[in-house]
Amino acid sequence: MARLKTLVRNERGVPPLRGGHSLCQGCGVPLVVRTVLSSIRTPVVVVNATGCLEVATTRYPTTAWNVPWIHVAFENAAAVASGIEAAGKALQRRNALGADEEITVVTFAGDGGTYDIGLQALSGALERGHRFVFVCYDNEAYMNTGVQRSGATPFGASTTTSPAGLDSFGKAQKRKDMTAIVIGHHIPYVAQAVASHWHDLSVKVERAAAADGPAFLNVLTDCPVGWGHEPRLAGEVLDSAVETHFWPLYDVDRGKYRLSYVPERQQPIEKWLECQIRFAHLLRPEGRPLVDAIQAQIDEDWGDLLARCEPVAFGGQR
Amino acid sequence: MRTLELLTGGAAVAQAMRQIDPDVVPVYPITPQTPIIQRFASYVANGVAHTELVDVESEHSAMSAAIGASLAGARTMTATSSQGLALMAEVVYIAASMRAPVVMALGNRALSGPINIHCDHSDSMLIRDSGVVQLFAENAQEAYDLTLIAPRLAEHPEVLLPVLVCLDGFTITHSAEPVALLPDGAVSEFVGEYEVPYAMLDLRNPSTHGPFAMPDYYYELRRAQTAAQEAVLGVFPALAGEFAVLSGRDYGLVEAYRLDDAERAIVALGSTAGTVKDVVDDLRDEGEPVGLLKIVAFRPFPALEAAAALEGVARVAVLDRADSPGGCPPLHAEVAAALYGSGAALEGHVYGLGGRDLHPGEIREVFAGAAPAYIGLRGEPWPV
Repeated sequence: MARLKTLVRNERGVPPLRGGHSLCQGCGVPLVVRTVLSSIRTPVVVVNATGCLEVATTRYPTTAWNVPWIHVAFENAAAVASGIEAAGKALQRRNALGADEEITVVTFAGDGGTYDIGLQALSGALERGHRFVFVCYDNEAYMNTGVQRSGATPFGASTTTSPAGLDSFGKAQKRKDMTAIVIGHHIPYVAQAVASHWHDLSVKVERAAAADGPAFLNVLTDCPVGWGHEPRLAGEVLDSAVETHFWPLYDVDRGKYRLSYVPERQQPIEKWLECQIRFAHLLRPEGRPLVDAIQAQIDEDWGDLLARCEPVAFGGQR
Repeated sequence: MRTLELLTGGAAVAQAMRQIDPDVVPVYPITPQTPIIQRFASYVANGVAHTELVDVESEHSAMSAAIGASLAGARTMTATSSQGLALMAEVVYIAASMRAPVVMALGNRALSGPINIHCDHSDSMLIRDSGVVQLFAENAQEAYDLTLIAPRLAEHPEVLLPVLVCLDGFTITHSAEPVALLPDGAVSEFVGEYEVPYAMLDLRNPSTHGPFAMPDYYYELRRAQTAAQEAVLGVFPALAGEFAVLSGRDYGLVEAYRLDDAERAIVALGSTAGTVKDVVDDLRDEGEPVGLLKIVAFRPFPALEAAAALEGVARVAVLDRADSPGGCPPLHAEVAAALYGSGAALEGHVYGLGGRDLHPGEIREVFAGAAPAYIGLRGEPWPV
């Protein structure tokens, strides 16, 4: 089981992702990347979908990556990973790789590159059973292009293409349950995690990397620009998603559901909404019915999840 | 040591792939290329090819997986046609820019719409400016031979580009012809080991592939691709020379057929060149000074070689199996640029869209200067 010291030690020497990149202050993405990569003990090859992480870390002729890294396009990260995994198998077979060289192919994509434009390639790769770890850093909108609505954007959130206005309360539809869609592929390991619970994330990464087949991690990750919060409050904002049951932490290990963290006392949904400008319009008096509807939906979803889970928590440390 | 087999063009390409024995082949079905991947899949299933077959869920993913595999350090081949190429077009451009030496067979088929499964070259022309190399086969033998040369060309350190071997849908992919196959060992020796600089699975030397380039570098990176295309003009003839020693079959960037003292010539791509050769022979027997310029490499376009071959020809007719609505058809435009200032009279004809046959009589009309701009087309009114 990971300890913070171990993760830091794993990064020492040549960190997979160096500083000097241009991701924003308070952005949860590098936090997720560093936690994921320092929790994997084999050499890694990183595949990156188009998005903030790619743009901010590889402006030619510089790179922030000290591990093999590839970006091809927005919608095809899982297909690229399939090719690399197949290449690894082929090279191993003709002894062009060392027999001891076990490699973990890790894919990073945002919610756009996972829920929306990347869904087909991801579904295909999961169905084919390639051994790779797909990490979605889900910040609930197209942040790289300026905060447009995605399939991951929650009900009621104001984005630049679902703006709140006189005739609009923001996004009118419920978000897609991507984790459930992946679970429907019956792959060995699926988990939902959050950038602020590093320990929980790290344990899930270890399980994902050990899985004999595809593994998927849906990691809620903040975006100070798109969500509208102070960069320094990233951790608190993310925690409130978990404490309100908006973003349950759980995994599905070979078909078995397991809640990995149960808040001691569920916080009201306002706790999650009030710390982000994208929800500010909902907190006006006329937004009350919408907030109530969100609360009711969350409670229903939580109940459904509980019914599937064996509540085995593996510590609640953060 | 040569064996002659009755093979369709698709089967001949599959045989070439078996002999090359690539590390990774992503596959997705589309008519008329499907016989290639089906037959190749059966080679893998029976252990005569040792390849990771990746049954992707679309052509977009086929090329995406091919890029990943190829840059990881694995020799990678695939095949497609028409809408498949259109869907993967985004990634074809990226494959060229990432300098991924993927070899792909293209069973040429008309683009939708209306949907059609038969041959024309609109799919090739869609990705004309993508940066990939395009070689056109005249028949099954050439499809086989060019497929064997393709990996060497793609992987050449001065090139490092995807190479497409284009074979006319149905006319070549599905028509059986006697094909001379090389012994397996000779092919392995000719093709050699796969080597790319900065393979991603070379873990001790981590490399970054596909970074973000802004105005300060994008232009130079694009220019480098053009330089790689230009290098093909030197590398292909050298490899073809090596291949000729092995096979006895000689290839150039262009093939001049009875052009030496010709006064009239046709320029064409693909299987049509075979029909034109037949007509040229007949007309020569009748005393007509006619000839053919077959373009083997459409990208890079060998303008100097084409101009040299057509030197002294008074009238040149270009046959395009693709139209450019509102503009000059693609092969016509290339030949016009190549012959600019030569004094040759140039005319262009579109023919054979969506698989319509081109008959020897129509080719005679072209040589006689009596063919319409759109050969074999019914008159107005057009259906809408």
